[in-house]
Amino acid sequence: MSDVKKFLYVNRRAPYGTIYALESLEVVLIGAAFEQDVSLAFLDDGVFQLTKGQNTDGIGVKNFSPTFRALGDYDVQKLFVERESLEERGLSEDDLIEVVYEDEDDDWEEKPAIRVISRAEMADAMADADVVLSF
Amino acid sequence: MKIGVLVSEGPYTHQAVDSAYKFVTAAIAAGHEVPRVFFYHDGVNVATRLSVPPQDERNIQQNWTALAKEHNVDLVVCIAAAQRRGMLDANEAERQGKDANNIAEGFRISGLGQLIEMGIQTDRLVTFGD
Repeated sequence: MSDVKKFLYVNRRAPYGTIYALESLEVVLIGAAFEQDVSLAFLDDGVFQLTKGQNTDGIGVKNFSPTFRALGDYDVQKLFVERESLEERGLSEDDLIEVVYEDEDDDWEEKPAIRVISRAEMADAMADADVVLSF
Repeated sequence: MKIGVLVSEGPYTHQAVDSAYKFVTAAIAAGHEVPRVFFYHDGVNVATRLSVPPQDERNIQQNWTALAKEHNVDLVVCIAAAQRRGMLDANEAERQGKDANNIAEGFRISGLGQLIEMGIQTDRLVTFGD
């Protein structure tokens, strides 16, 4: 496809309690087949979607956080996480799961997909995107 | 300009679907093209033809159906979100062994690929949600 657009999926909500996070991830997985330039943004309570050690046994809902680790296989290489949102919630990068992708331009070396960026940089990422889908 | 619209909140509970309707109407009146509206999350509930609001209230489904007919707008309901919420067309009802279907005229059930395609093919994608 000649006209590749920059898609940015903005995740603002906690992983459980509402269905937005799960249904957002479903869009990302389907969208991956369209060979667009895909980025994900995590801010506000959305940063909880990427935290380690999620256990949903007590709420009768599927823990879908392992699916984020598969995003690299879908050629999703950019997961932006807002630093201020982490800090406001007492979290740091160490609390987040590891997501890697294989860089085809660098001998398929595994590289981290999660990039912690500032609120100002997040604004730039949004301004830079062609299509912003906010969940 | 070609504008795609995403509706992601349910009817009567939330303003989003009403705002989307007014936006699409105004955009078309201003000469823009709105080829498709995609309904996701609880937005899929707009498409039930079994909704019976009080007579002195707006009928959201019927308004969309009329708009689609008049201006040839493709109203697409996400199949995955629809199935979770009991929204089935005749084909899906038969496939899933259900005894009823409820999708109103003017709406069609299809996959999330239609949302991505809309993002690729339009100049702007406007989301109405929370």
